[in-house]
Amino acid sequence: MVARVPETARIPSALLPMRARVAHRRQGPDDVATLSLCPVDGRLAPFRPGQFNMLYAFGVGEIAISISGDPGNADSLLHTIRDVGAVSHALCQLQPGDMLGLRGPFGKPWPVDAQAGRDLLIVAGGLGLAPLRPAILQALAMPERFRSIILVVGARSPTDLLYPEQLRDWAGEPALALSVTVDRATPGWSGMVGVVTTRLARALDRCDPANVSALVCGPEVMMRHCCLALEDMGVPPDAQWISMERNMKCATGSCGHCQFGADFVCRDGPVFRWDRVAARLRIRGI
Amino acid sequence: MDVQSIPELLADHLILGRFDAGSIETLAGCARNFHFGAGELIQKEGAPAELVYVLRKGDVAIEISAAHISPTVVETVHGGDILGWGWLIPPYRTLFDARALTEVSCVGLDAACLRGKCDDDPMLGYQLFKYWLPHLAARFRAQRLQVADLYGGEGA
Repeated sequence: MVARVPETARIPSALLPMRARVAHRRQGPDDVATLSLCPVDGRLAPFRPGQFNMLYAFGVGEIAISISGDPGNADSLLHTIRDVGAVSHALCQLQPGDMLGLRGPFGKPWPVDAQAGRDLLIVAGGLGLAPLRPAILQALAMPERFRSIILVVGARSPTDLLYPEQLRDWAGEPALALSVTVDRATPGWSGMVGVVTTRLARALDRCDPANVSALVCGPEVMMRHCCLALEDMGVPPDAQWISMERNMKCATGSCGHCQFGADFVCRDGPVFRWDRVAARLRIRGI
Repeated sequence: MDVQSIPELLADHLILGRFDAGSIETLAGCARNFHFGAGELIQKEGAPAELVYVLRKGDVAIEISAAHISPTVVETVHGGDILGWGWLIPPYRTLFDARALTEVSCVGLDAACLRGKCDDDPMLGYQLFKYWLPHLAARFRAQRLQVADLYGGEGA
């Protein structure tokens, strides 16, 4: 006799990982790996730029990782992961053919569509380029919808720049004004040196600040200083968005691990409008 | 091709353009046009700071050099910036090497002449500081962030 599973004991689909296989793996820079995933249990749900998946390293644990692929290509599910803890270490060690669990996509996306007719400024610091890559690709797929598309990328050093080949391609993309800067130059680097905030005024020198919409992602302190600098330049606080990172567990706003003031980052974010979270970001320890 | 006069070049500058026309004329009395090719040394650490450069176009690397290692670029400055503040602080020595990364067009203000004009006309000096200080403060703020190593503790 087959025991019936009580209705209340069924696992909601959002909490049930599907299996996915690593199709390709790319190492670098340094301790960062980019995995391209293929689903084993059917098609992937479409994602929107800025959303994340929960990736499950079997027997180790599950963490939230932003999706870095092209939202216009349903088969392109990329995740860029830095090896900083037990789960991310296990994920970074996966090789083509290896299996992992995957849930999602989850979270609020970058509001790219809604910025039509405006100057779209995208500011990425360090690994922050990974969650922004889908937004950049989406914007570049329909450049005529924006007055301009401006990308400012910052990294610790030239060797820490994410997606260097992509950056080279984007440098030649007529629809995109790209500015790359590093905090610490290495021998042979002939580009800009200085934090990303130093590039903002020049990046916007042909824009009316009131017509600028900014998508900013990177370490929290970098996002805070960028958004404040943009405010100083006249970019409205309600036209700036950032992507937050917290300890996400359930990804559905049920467990409370990622509570950030009155919001759960997994459900109400990770993309937040700047004026919603600006005051909270000045409070130490939350 | 239109050739701009020095007062016109100064009036077009992001910082000095805030002066009124009379003050621009006064500043222009201390000014000369300069062009540097990519790779050319603009100023040398420890040398007398005889000029302050009002950058119009191009990118400049501020470098620190030491024996046996390649020069380290600590900051880049660009068209719209002002290069150098050693000219204002006795004993008026250049604090870092500065090298053109690209073709650079700038206006050089003779430091002794400029100090003299500011001494003669304290209002001019006050305005110079009022317009220049936010630029300096922004660079200090940026360098504090640079020192803080923003990307050091990044997660996934």
